[in-house]
Amino acid sequence: MGRTLAEKVWDDHVVRRAEGEPDLLFIDLHLLHEVTSPQAFDGLRMGGRPVRRLDLTIATEDHNTPTLDIDKPIADPVSRAQLETLRKNCAEFGVRLHPLGDVEQGVVHVVGPQLGLTQPGTTVVCGDSHTSTHGAFGALAFGIGTSQVEHVLATQTLPLAPFRTMAITVDGELPADVSAKDLILAVIARIGTGGGQGYVIEYRGEAIEKLSMEARMTVCNMSIEAGARAGMIAPDQTTFDYLRGRPHAPRDADWDEAVAYWRTLRTDDDAVYDHEVRLDASELAPFVTWGTNPGQGAPLSASVPDPASFEDAGERLAAEKALEYMGLEAGRPLREVTVDTVFVGSCTNGRIEDLRSAASVVEGRRIADSVRMLVVPGSVRVALQAVEEGLDKVFTAAGAEWRHAGCSMCLGMNPDQLAPGERSASTSNRNFEGRQGKGGRTHLVSPQVAAATAVLGRLASPADLSDVPTPVEA
Amino acid sequence: MEAFTTHTGRAVPLRRGNVDTDQIIPAHWLKKVTRDGFEDGLFEAWRKDPQFVLNQPQYAGASVLVAGRDFGTGSSREHAVWALQNYGFKAVLSSRFADIFRGNSLKNGLLTVVLPQEDIERLWALAETDPTAEVTVDLVGREVRAGGVSTAFELDEDARRRLLEGLDDISLTLLHEADIAAFEARRPAHKPSTAVA
Ligand code: SF4
Repeated sequence: MGRTLAEKVWDDHVVRRAEGEPDLLFIDLHLLHEVTSPQAFDGLRMGGRPVRRLDLTIATEDHNTPTLDIDKPIADPVSRAQLETLRKNCAEFGVRLHPLGDVEQGVVHVVGPQLGLTQPGTTVVCGDSHTSTHGAFGALAFGIGTSQVEHVLATQTLPLAPFRTMAITVDGELPADVSAKDLILAVIARIGTGGGQGYVIEYRGEAIEKLSMEARMTVCNMSIEAGARAGMIAPDQTTFDYLRGRPHAPRDADWDEAVAYWRTLRTDDDAVYDHEVRLDASELAPFVTWGTNPGQGAPLSASVPDPASFEDAGERLAAEKALEYMGLEAGRPLREVTVDTVFVGSCTNGRIEDLRSAASVVEGRRIADSVRMLVVPGSVRVALQAVEEGLDKVFTAAGAEWRHAGCSMCLGMNPDQLAPGERSASTSNRNFEGRQGKGGRTHLVSPQVAAATAVLGRLASPADLSDVPTPVEA
Repeated sequence: MEAFTTHTGRAVPLRRGNVDTDQIIPAHWLKKVTRDGFEDGLFEAWRKDPQFVLNQPQYAGASVLVAGRDFGTGSSREHAVWALQNYGFKAVLSSRFADIFRGNSLKNGLLTVVLPQEDIERLWALAETDPTAEVTVDLVGREVRAGGVSTAFELDEDARRRLLEGLDDISLTLLHEADIAAFEARRPAHKPSTAVA
């Protein structure tokens, strides 16, 4: 019987297989950041162990880093201490680090791919659940806890229990105003936040094949929000074109050999998935969340659902609690929900294509007076590219704030937070209670919807802007 | 890691599904660089509410958390496990756990037990009607006993053995050093390297 893409990558990394034990898997790339690594380095120190493969390890600073005044000392002493701990650990153990202020600094899941380190058929781990992002390249990439971070540092392997496979096939073409973010939000609403539990999801079908690498990363990024271990997309010409020439992509003869291998990384025709889901892309529409988990979403054209409409008692209770927290009442059209803050950024939607999409919507317009809009590039490289294209000017001319790269308001470990009761439209991946600041309320949206929402001050898509006159012609 | 064989303690009924790791331990706590001192951060936002179950005096000192479906969703932060342990929990029972949370818990000796939702409901009712009732989570016999009823649970044999014996994963893996070295020797040259060229 044939094998799926995920099974092929897994099989190619088995260091040891023994009856009754999990497979021991080799890890090709280990990404580190300041939040989930300190206790792992402590463990190494206590055990007197070195980092086994410095050449497969790289660190960056992202979660705690400020997005303003980055040349000044970090105001919060606890954040500063955590970043200093990473610097000290990397220096002591010899790990390559891109700290705040470095040209390669940025959100760990933006940095890996743009350096060309994330490659098809590799295993990628990081002490961060959104490591699933890297699956967009046909890598088997998953988040791990701090104990496992220590394990990989010490052994470059992980003992791993087997997974099940799920195919999510998206047929047809996405309508023009529908983005990868809308697609993945619709998928999660369909299968639920636990629907992917135990599975590696492979996204396939015509609509997926047509996505750019940036869009594929957006899709795979949120696999974890469906509870999946990982998300993957088979590598193809789009993948190869993205990688060629990047700093750590293979060169010359290695490139040819690599591409020949990468071409074999497709699910065999006779392979069988443990579970299959099918969606028709043409039926998708701009999608937003109304609740406090990423599965509580609906098309923008819909209204806030009535909790009583949920058959499952657990879901009904969850919906009631979510509406109470979100300060929303059933039946309110989503388009009438006003927001105070718009956040464009994160490892879900902080890449150049995302900034271009948002910029194209606000270009020549002003954001509403009632709204503060933060644009936070996913990495310094993304920021530089955006500046070269003049996108920063487009945003600031519209009244948005152009910030320095990092995780920022995705999780508010730095000063970028919502105040209690404030409401955001955010291109990030989690609308959990308090995620963006204590008492803050989050609606997950695409960059296009975020930008249109900023202009109108209420949840909106670019199509809603047609009646707003485009004021200035540059 | 501390070994886990069997534990008996009172239970806290957490009647909530989809408890994500941001609720278990909010992000601002993640700036700490130790594995301890997270107890005050556990369910921090909910604990501001006097009605929240952990604030009810009858549940003080309870050590078994009985939670709703999809416990531990969201981030990979192991701090969520440390916070539960620092607070005094030894075991968490739910009808479904998020993968990474479950893996993290087993690596730290916090036993996560999957039970059918009916059993969770029964334990909720028990802990609510009689907060002094004791629940035994027995990893040796692979069963949960409470209120005269016992329910078997599954845990894969390898994970169970590691917990029962309190084994250190890294030492176990390093027993296979020769296998790792052999694998490294046959890795293709085109694989990525982080070394600066
Ligand atoms: S951008 Fe958000 S989701 Fe991504 S790594 Fe940073 S905090 Fe995590």
